[in-house]
Amino acid sequence: MSAPEPRGGAASSDLREAFAPSRGWCSHDVEEELPGLAVVSAEIPVGRSGSLTGTSPRDVKERLRELSNRYRGAAAVNVRRDAIPVAYRVFFRQIGLDPEVVRTPIEAAVLDRMLHGGFLSGGLLEDVLLIALLDTAVPVWALDAASVEGPLGIRASVEGESLGRAAEAQPLPAGRLVVADAGGAVATLFGDVAAAHAPAGNAERLLVFALLVPGVPELYAEEALWGVRTALAWR
Amino acid sequence: MGPTEQPTIDRHIPASQEVDEAGARRSLRTQIAKLERERSALIAGAFPHVRPLATPAFDVPASGPRLLSLEALERLRDQLAGQLQDVSHQVDDRNEHERRARELLEGMKLEPARYKFVRLPVRDLGEGGCGVWEVRPRLGLIGMLAGWWQLKLSSGCPLARGPRR
Repeated sequence: MSAPEPRGGAASSDLREAFAPSRGWCSHDVEEELPGLAVVSAEIPVGRSGSLTGTSPRDVKERLRELSNRYRGAAAVNVRRDAIPVAYRVFFRQIGLDPEVVRTPIEAAVLDRMLHGGFLSGGLLEDVLLIALLDTAVPVWALDAASVEGPLGIRASVEGESLGRAAEAQPLPAGRLVVADAGGAVATLFGDVAAAHAPAGNAERLLVFALLVPGVPELYAEEALWGVRTALAWR
Repeated sequence: MGPTEQPTIDRHIPASQEVDEAGARRSLRTQIAKLERERSALIAGAFPHVRPLATPAFDVPASGPRLLSLEALERLRDQLAGQLQDVSHQVDDRNEHERRARELLEGMKLEPARYKFVRLPVRDLGEGGCGVWEVRPRLGLIGMLAGWWQLKLSSGCPLARGPRR
């Protein structure tokens, strides 16, 4: 097995840049109907050597093990009572998702922990996003920064729109709530990121974003993004 | 107001209806939030004795995150209200079951001879674990013949590797 290749010099100098999360835009109809919904994003450099989709280093796996010990049965049940997870559960209802069927990210993660006996490692980036979710209860997604045009925002999809800009992109029904950039939809709200915008293993810069809903202070989203940044910057 | 003035008033109705509809949707979303919070807290408090039910898909073709219409919000509010009522009944039934179990245990403690060989799992009392309260004769057959009864709590869950040898 070959040693992981370090990223270029540009990435290492980027690690010293200021962390500046920003609030994205919301279309008028979404803002009117769902006040308090917001996307908070930040562009972050990747300092860790090795592939983002490859095996996690020991410290990340160790952190997952610690979190597995923290989330036992009682903690899993109490997720339904904690303010931040409940805020997401309530919001799921308000956008037509049944949280008993389509689990909120934190509930899905905790249920997986119960079913598998621990948080299983799924690759560096996946693990780092999971750790941020478990630490704050705020879900975080990552996009390849190079594939995003302009600031992110939330709007409803229009007739004939697809998820992502690739030729084989999955078509979206009109009215689906999506996270979009200037070029089109890049992810469904609380759903999948378009394959064309998902970070490749060797990505040097990521655009990470969190979704804020009413009842979740912005500080939590910033903390979640900061957690991802520090975990990926660590060398 | 004369009958000729009526058309003029009617022309203003669509605008006010629009405003009212947005307000109604806002109000419904607040009600949905309150119902979901109550339902969630009840289920978590009564776990594992109360099981949540999925809301029947009310708009299957358009499932996925979306802005809900007034009708969809109303349907959802009604479904959640029904579910909350159902969960409340389940919780009340469970509380009543535990209350009766506690009374039985009290009776078993005070007059064991009246409850010969009665078994009461601790789960019925709302406690975790596999323990079982049971009224048994002291010293086996001798106690049974002499009327010496006692209340005992079993040692707990079975061992993963089977009984000790």
